[in-house]
Parts: sequence; structure tokens; C-alpha cells
Amino acid sequence: MSSKEDYSIVLCGEAGQGIQTVEAILVQAIKMGGYHVFSSKEYMSRVRGGENSTEIRISSKRVNAYVDRIDILLAISKGAIEHLKHRITPDTLILGDDQQLRSFHEDNIVKIPFLKSAQELGGPIFANVIAAGVLANILNIPSELFDQIIMEMFSRKGDLIVGKDLKAGKKGYQLGEELIKTGNIKVQLDQNLDIKNELLLSGTEAVGLGCLVGNCKFISSYPMTPSTPLQIFMALYGKDFDVIFEQAEDEIAAINMSIGASYAGARSMVATSGSGFALMEEAVGLSGMTETPVVVYVGQRPGPAVGLPTRTAQEDLNLTLYSGPGEFARIIFAPGNFVDAFELAYQAFELADKYQIPVFILSDQFFAECYYNIPDLDLKDKKTEDQIIKTDEDYRRYQLTSDGLSPRGIPGYGAGLVVADSDEHDEEGHITEDLDIRKKMVDKRYNERMDLIKKETIPAELLGSDDYEVLIIGWGSTYGIIKEAMEQLPDNISFLYFKQVYPLHQETLNYLKKAKKTIIFENNASAQFSNLIKMETGFEIDEEVLKYDGMPFTVEEIVENMGGL
Amino acid sequence: MDAEDYNMPDADIAWCPGCGNFSILKTIKDTLAELGIKPKNLVMVSGIGQAGKLPHYLKCNLFNGLHGRSLPAAVAIKAVNPELTLIDISGDGCMYGEGGNHFIHNIRRNPNITNIIHNNMVYGLTKGQASPTSRNKFKTNLQVDGVFLEPFNPLSLAIALKASFVARAFSGDMEITKEILKKAIEHKGYAVVDIFQPCVTFNKVNTFDWFKNNTYYLEDSYGPYDINKAFKRSMETDKYPLGIFYIDRDRKTFEENLNVYSQDKSPLYKREVNLDKLKTLIDSKRSI
Repeated sequence: MSSKEDYSIVLCGEAGQGIQTVEAILVQAIKMGGYHVFSSKEYMSRVRGGENSTEIRISSKRVNAYVDRIDILLAISKGAIEHLKHRITPDTLILGDDQQLRSFHEDNIVKIPFLKSAQELGGPIFANVIAAGVLANILNIPSELFDQIIMEMFSRKGDLIVGKDLKAGKKGYQLGEELIKTGNIKVQLDQNLDIKNELLLSGTEAVGLGCLVGNCKFISSYPMTPSTPLQIFMALYGKDFDVIFEQAEDEIAAINMSIGASYAGARSMVATSGSGFALMEEAVGLSGMTETPVVVYVGQRPGPAVGLPTRTAQEDLNLTLYSGPGEFARIIFAPGNFVDAFELAYQAFELADKYQIPVFILSDQFFAECYYNIPDLDLKDKKTEDQIIKTDEDYRRYQLTSDGLSPRGIPGYGAGLVVADSDEHDEEGHITEDLDIRKKMVDKRYNERMDLIKKETIPAELLGSDDYEVLIIGWGSTYGIIKEAMEQLPDNISFLYFKQVYPLHQETLNYLKKAKKTIIFENNASAQFSNLIKMETGFEIDEEVLKYDGMPFTVEEIVENMGGL
Repeated sequence: MDAEDYNMPDADIAWCPGCGNFSILKTIKDTLAELGIKPKNLVMVSGIGQAGKLPHYLKCNLFNGLHGRSLPAAVAIKAVNPELTLIDISGDGCMYGEGGNHFIHNIRRNPNITNIIHNNMVYGLTKGQASPTSRNKFKTNLQVDGVFLEPFNPLSLAIALKASFVARAFSGDMEITKEILKKAIEHKGYAVVDIFQPCVTFNKVNTFDWFKNNTYYLEDSYGPYDINKAFKRSMETDKYPLGIFYIDRDRKTFEENLNVYSQDKSPLYKREVNLDKLKTLIDSKRSI
């Protein structure tokens, strides 16, 4: 193995073999060891069997992208090599159990007695910690740090188990030492001890922290991959922040509950995914019609219907954009990095309340489940602006005003009555078929509201030179991958990253027109964002690179596609 | 409070003359007045159908949401502000048809809300189709050969799931209905009150007289605390018993089970983000 700035390590095994344990130990060990870390999972929708893998990158520079390359493969199962054969090259070092891999004879395979060593320690369950120890030693992680991580992570299992896991770790370090002595397997990277104190987060956690800052007080949802991790985050941490989490009987109940909670003054959200969100669509219209704020987190995965439950996609932009009958204002965010995920989740609650609308946060399996380290999250200026007024006796919920916003009261706060109605309604909120009022209400809910929203649209972010000839366009989770690819591309190529995908900032067209050539990367088959850009600006993007096999783009794929330009 | 205090003099009422909804509306106003519930502390939640319009015809806060989805909204409103009195007003189509799943699961939640279901055994707003409670052989413009599905029995279902208050009333008997509603609203927990009501336009079978002749009141000696007896009585359909079938005063409510009220009883809209705690949470992500 040649020496370089970063290494890609892939762990592959069957569901139930404990890859997550190895991943959890290593990701912490790398970060606490003073190296940048990134991890991303791909797995099958099953509880046992199959072949799942996790990519972990260790680097001396910040990494938050998925790569195709595998420098070290830990093959925990027999099928791992077959599963990843398209990514394995002669440069890939494969580590595996000597029994499991006995039928393989390639030069790049190193067989280690994981299972035999585990048996000696008390059973096959220790094989994972042994493997983690081998890798940690190869990665130059101090053994004291490794032991500390084992103690923290397994403390709830009791001293006996922790003792055995520590022994397993030691055994791993010993086996790793023997490998290192062969002379071609040590990873030496520049260490930066400041990283030790950085935050290690997943995309889900970044969103969740933003929701808490946005003063989310109520979330009801129905479990569905890949939005379940956010539900778990809110249920677990929300307890300390006065958040009610309720698992609803179905997605329809979930969003109607959240809208009800919001009507009564609690900032509210739902977390869901494609098919689950499809069930919520009618109530998105209820939010629009009753002008009741709600934040909708959609963790995208490949559809239609059940699709590929555990894979990634950017297929539900259109679904959110057009969700709900009728016409009303909305905002759609698609964060591509953890800082943006945090900021936009906070903003989602602020803007939903300010404009009394549904606000969407589009995530996906890749983004929600990847981990990496970031320096910090900024809590400065994170005030929540209270938009709720104390009502007086003459209060009218849907009062027509010059600024296009009806002051929002809630029941039980003030002397007035708060009448909210899903039928077309008069200013007071009662059912009407007065067609003049109807027109005024549509103007208020849609035209005037969109005008207000457009004034504070977040512009796309340009990465690279202002003086570009070729412009790459991306949105949401492809951010980190395209950003890393840029390092390998000529200076005349820049990248325009959209974190707000609807409505679009008015500068969008100017960025696009300036380029001699434009190319968009999307994880869908119909170029949904490209079409949205065309619809909103009239600009037709020259080339669309679309990937919809359920996997994220890799850095190599981006570079390769740009090479052809 | 006086019943007139709830009047909405300008309301443009969309019900047919002679509709049972008028007497239910009057009874609800009388009930609220006798209990002294102020309009500003009352939230009525409804879905779609003729019953769903009722909250528009009296002074209250109201959330008139989607068809079948009144209960999810109601339980959440109560959950985030337990100081409010919540009444869900639905019809047999809205609650037992479109919203059936929510009906089942809110019985399990036991929120402290009252659920009044106008049951006229027909769809009124869509002009005369079968409802889940339509009886066998009932002919409509869609059930052209007559209904052959087993009628939905909301009381038996509610009792089987241990709903904490289950009653049936008849809109024609306003005094008795008022007494039932008073007990339902005062009950701590989810109170289901199914109210038989004639539809003068679309149900020519289950008329005022039919309900009179095919119902009777549970005897004075009946005690509503035995779930097995309650279930048995709820299964009677030759003649439908009226009155309070079942009460369980000991079940904890949904709101009482919520952790957010273990220390602090204030409604959630009064609570702000604790940024210091949040800083601690963020910092916890710096170490293992």
C-alpha cells in the first residue's frame, strides 16, 4: 500500500454479524485519535443474512464524501468479496478470517484467525472487537484510547463483558502488530489533536439538533426507513426539551396530529419517507388551507411504493413540491452538509411559523446515515421568534391585512376565538362560498405569501472560481461528493450547490447563464431538479447525469463524468 | 353561563329543516351552559359531513379539519394544552368509516376528550349512500341491492378496547342526552357518545318514529362498571339500548402519561428552548 492522505476502509458482512459494532468503535477511535473521519452504510432490508457494508474513511484532511475505492476491506462474511468485487482492485488489501476465506488464494488477501482467537476468548461474538483492534492498530490508534472507547461503549453490559472485550481488543492489537511487521500495511497520517474535540455527528443528528433549536415541541410519526433515526433522536433527546413524541397509528394520523398541535401553539413536525409521505399529502393541503405551520422531514429512498427501503435516492422532490390539493405557499430545503442541516432545520421552524405554511426538509438515506466530524454548531443568534399573538374579543383568524399575513392566535391565549377551517372560509374562519372572499384568500395563501417568501430565499452557494466556464449543479446530499471531486477537476469548473430547492433564489438564472456549459447530477431518473430549474427560470441545463440504482454517487463517478466534457 | 351565550346569530345553517342536528346543537349548548364552560376555553374539532359543520354554529374555538381526521387533531390539541376542553364532533361516516383507524387507536390513548358521533345510519352530505352503521337491506343510490355488510357496532368495539366512557343517546330526548353529555364531558378520559339521529332527507327507514320504537333506556338498576355486562348489552341490536354502558374512572389519560407534564403543568406554547441544555447536548457529541 502506498502512503497517501486518506484511506478508505470497508467492512462487509451479513446482517446480524455486528458490522455496526466495528464501525462504531472505529469511527470514534479515528476521530478521538486526531484524524478526520467519514462513514457511510449500505445495507439490505433484512434483519439477518444478506451482505451489508460500511465505508469508513480516515484522512488528514476533512472528508465527507463517498468513494468507490477500497484500500482495506475487512471481509467478515464469506460473501463479502463477491458482494464488493466491482470495487476490489489488486491494490485493495483484504483482511478476513482464515477459515471463512480458505477458498480464496489471491495475493492481496491476508488471512487472520479471527474466529479461532474469538473462541479462545469465549465465543464468536468477540471476533468483531478483535477485528476492530487489528484495524485500529493498523490505523495507528493508541491502544489506551481503544481501551477507553471499549470501556465507554460497553459499560452498560457489565464488568465481565467489558473485561472480555478489552482482552479481545488486545488480541486484535497483537494480531495487527504481526501484520504491521510484514512491512506493507501501516497507515501513517498527519495527526491533528484539535479534531479530538470536534463533534462527531450523523446527518440525522444534525437535523435533530436543528429541530430542537427551532423549538420543536411536538412530533408524531410512523416508523419508516430512513426517517426512523430522526424519530428516535427526537423521542430520546426530546425528553429534555419538553418535546412530545407520539408514534401514530399511521402517517395520516401523524401529520393531522402535528397540525392539531401546531394549531394549539406547539411548534410541530413529522418525519417520514416516500410512501409514508404520500399518505400525508392531503394534510399538507390542510396546513396550507388552515395556515397552520408544520415542518415535514422527508428521508428519501428509492420508490415507487415500497421500492428499496434501505437505499438512497433524490426522487421525492416532485412529491413534496406538488403535495396536497390546491394552491398554497411552501418552502423546500435540501441540506447537503451537517452545518446546513442544523441551520435549515432551525430555519424550517422559524419560517413555518413566520409564514404559517408547511416547510419541507428533504434528506435521504445516504445523508441521514452518514457520519463525520465537524468543528462546531453555532448557537449564537438562535433566537426563536414568537409569532403567536394574544387575541382580543374581535379576533379574526384569517383577517385580510396589507402585509398578506393574518396575525396568528391560538385557543386559550387571549379573549378571542380561533376558528380554523379546511373549507374555504371568511376572515373569521367560518365556511363561505363567497367567491370574492375565495379569491382574496387564495391571493393571501399563495400569491402574496410566495412574494414574501421569495424575499428571503437562501441563494445557492458557489464553490470554486467566480470565473467559470463549466458549472456543475447539485442539490442536497450530493454536496460533499461533488465538492471533493472538484479538487481533482480543472479550475474552470465550479459547483453551484442548492440547499433551498423551492422557491429558487432570483440570482439562479444569472449563475446558469454565465456558464458555457452546465451539468447536473441527481439521484433520480427524471432529472427532477433540472426540470424545476427550467420551469422556474426557463434555463435548460446542457447535461443531466442521473443515478437511480439506490446508491449515492461516488467521487470517482463525478470526476469521470466531468472528464468527458 | 347561559345557552344563549353560545349563539351565533349570523350563522348560515346548512342543515335541512327538521334535521336531528338542530336538537343536538341545542342540547350541546345547554350542556355547556350548565357545566359553565367558557367558549374561549372550549375547542371543538370536527371533520367533514353535516355533523362536522356543527362547531360553526356555536361560539367556540374550532378546528374543522379533514374528513375522518378530527381525532388526531383533537388528541394533539389536548396533549399540548391540557387546560382546554376538547369536544370532537363527528358523524358515523367521518368517525367509523374514514376515521375508523383513529377511533380505534384513540381509545387506546384515552385522551381526556369527549367524542360525540351523530349516527343517522346514512351519508347526508354526499346525498344518501350507506354509512358503516347502515342496517341490512338498506337500499341507496350506491347500494342498489341493499346493504349486505355487517353494520359497524361502535359501542361493542369501544367497550372491547376498554374505552373509559361509552354511551348512546337519542337526539329526540334532549333532557336525557344532556345528562349523558354532562357526564361524558366531566369524565376524565376518552368519552364516546354515539347519538342516534334521524336524517329527514336521505333515510326514510330509520326515522324519528323508528328510533323511538327501536330503542329503550338501560334500566335504572344497570351499573356501568362491569365491562362484560356492558359488552353484552352493547351487542343488542333488535332493540338498541340507550344510556351509559360503561365507565372506567381509573384509567390514566394520554396527557397524564406524558413526560412533559411530570414537573411542569403549563401548556407547551409557553415553553421556550433551553439553549444551555442544548449546548450540553451538542458538547456530548464531542466525546464517546
